[in-house]
Amino acid sequence: MAQYLLSVWHDEEYVVDFTTPDAQRTVAQVGAFNEELQRTGAWVFAGGLQPTSSATTIRCSGGNVSMTDGPYAETKEQMGGFWVIEAPDLDAALALAKRASVACEGPVEIRPMEGG
Amino acid sequence: MADDLDSVFRREAGPCTATLIRILGDIDLAEDAVAEAFAVAAANWKVHGIPPNPGGWIMLTARNRAIDRIRRESTRDGRQKTAARLQGDLMNSDHNPELDDLDALVDVVRDDQLRLMFLCCHPSLAPDAQVALTLRLLGGLQTAEIARAFLVPEATMAQRLVRAKRKLRDNHAPYRIPSEADLPDRLDAVLGAIYLVYTEGHTATFGVALGRVDLSVEAIRLGRVLGQLMPDEPEATGLLALMLLTQARQPARVGADGTLVRLAEQDRTGWDRSLIEEGHRLVRACLRWNQPGSYQIQAAIAAVHADASSSDDTDWSQVVALYDQLLTFSPNAVVALNRAIALGELRGPAAGLAALEAVDATSLADYQPYHATRADLLSRAGLPDDAIAAYDEAIALTTNATELAFLQRQRRSIPHA
Repeated sequence: MAQYLLSVWHDEEYVVDFTTPDAQRTVAQVGAFNEELQRTGAWVFAGGLQPTSSATTIRCSGGNVSMTDGPYAETKEQMGGFWVIEAPDLDAALALAKRASVACEGPVEIRPMEGG
Repeated sequence: MADDLDSVFRREAGPCTATLIRILGDIDLAEDAVAEAFAVAAANWKVHGIPPNPGGWIMLTARNRAIDRIRRESTRDGRQKTAARLQGDLMNSDHNPELDDLDALVDVVRDDQLRLMFLCCHPSLAPDAQVALTLRLLGGLQTAEIARAFLVPEATMAQRLVRAKRKLRDNHAPYRIPSEADLPDRLDAVLGAIYLVYTEGHTATFGVALGRVDLSVEAIRLGRVLGQLMPDEPEATGLLALMLLTQARQPARVGADGTLVRLAEQDRTGWDRSLIEEGHRLVRACLRWNQPGSYQIQAAIAAVHADASSSDDTDWSQVVALYDQLLTFSPNAVVALNRAIALGELRGPAAGLAALEAVDATSLADYQPYHATRADLLSRAGLPDDAIAAYDEAIALTTNATELAFLQRQRRSIPHA
């Protein structure tokens, strides 16, 4: 078995507002997908993230630690959440990644975990 | 002798590599072992002659070399790594054949080649990487040969191959034939990669540098292998038919002065009749399946052209009908463009132009054949100024010297209003 990170991406700064019908729909879809992951044993860990306006970046240089307000990558595209899943191989993981993308209605990037 | 070894290599490198990847569970190890085995063969066969089963000979030698290397590695470094590789991957294969019983290998080897095709054309790889891997591992081409064929520096091609192989390994890409559910999509990727090799070879035919591998021939060879491995896949047969029927026109595509000759003006007596016959036979087999697909329909269109002794003699209504059908499978602007060309032949340039105007041209703005076609139709419809403007757009988008000369000649031949 190998582990993969499935990350969900947003093209623009997003707002977490779960009251909209769109958000309610995707929450329900992701909830159902999560349950299935847990039932089939593919689930390792998952979570949604607050918008990048809530991020702080910490850097270490020559033993000095500094902090800046905001995300590390100053790009429009930001990660909004992720799954860590376990699958027998890439094809099985890709099948789950496709379902993940359908559930959250957004682009999903899949990357194998080191040594996983 | 050198020629013989070369042809044996071309024939056997793919199957040997395919089986060794499964047995060894490692692409690089398999690749190196096959290369070493051929080096041994080159020396040995010069003295003893080519053995009756050269493929089996290569396979056994490569396997033994690989085992030697694993033993060396395991005493020198990474005992664990080797142990893991052997345990994990050797046990992964459902059936390990008795390598000494070469006859028993045959069926397994067939499956291995399919496994390798699907691995090389894995959808997680970009098309250029799929094509490079397919030519390297299945086609047995050297990295330098592939680089020359695609006109990229050897270092670029080497890096492309290394990255593709590493991606497959890091991602734990499985070495197996895709499940029934995934098969249509995965087969599309394989067919697409082979056709990409073919079209690259077809366009590059002009100004071919000496010693450059003929990608068209290589693609047809891969198409034949796929057709044998998947005899019940109509689209695999359709792709092979399409390539053969297109290749048949090759001798007439270049004029005595080295310039491009359009289909309408080609000397059809120069077409390769044996390729046409084989293509026709495959198209008929496709019709019997009655499971049309985009490659089969394109092959049928090529077959209609092959049937005609001249452009005027062509059954253009049949061609238009086939393009209509093709549009339902591949609803894209390029197909619509080709349909407009056929309609222009069937009902005249005005009808062709009307069909062309109906195509959404936004995706075709940088597509040279769109402007070249428009220019030709405008010229024939008696609109010289518009035709010249369209030729200028086409010429601005042309990099191939032969095509450039052709378009400039066409532009000059327009009578001024």
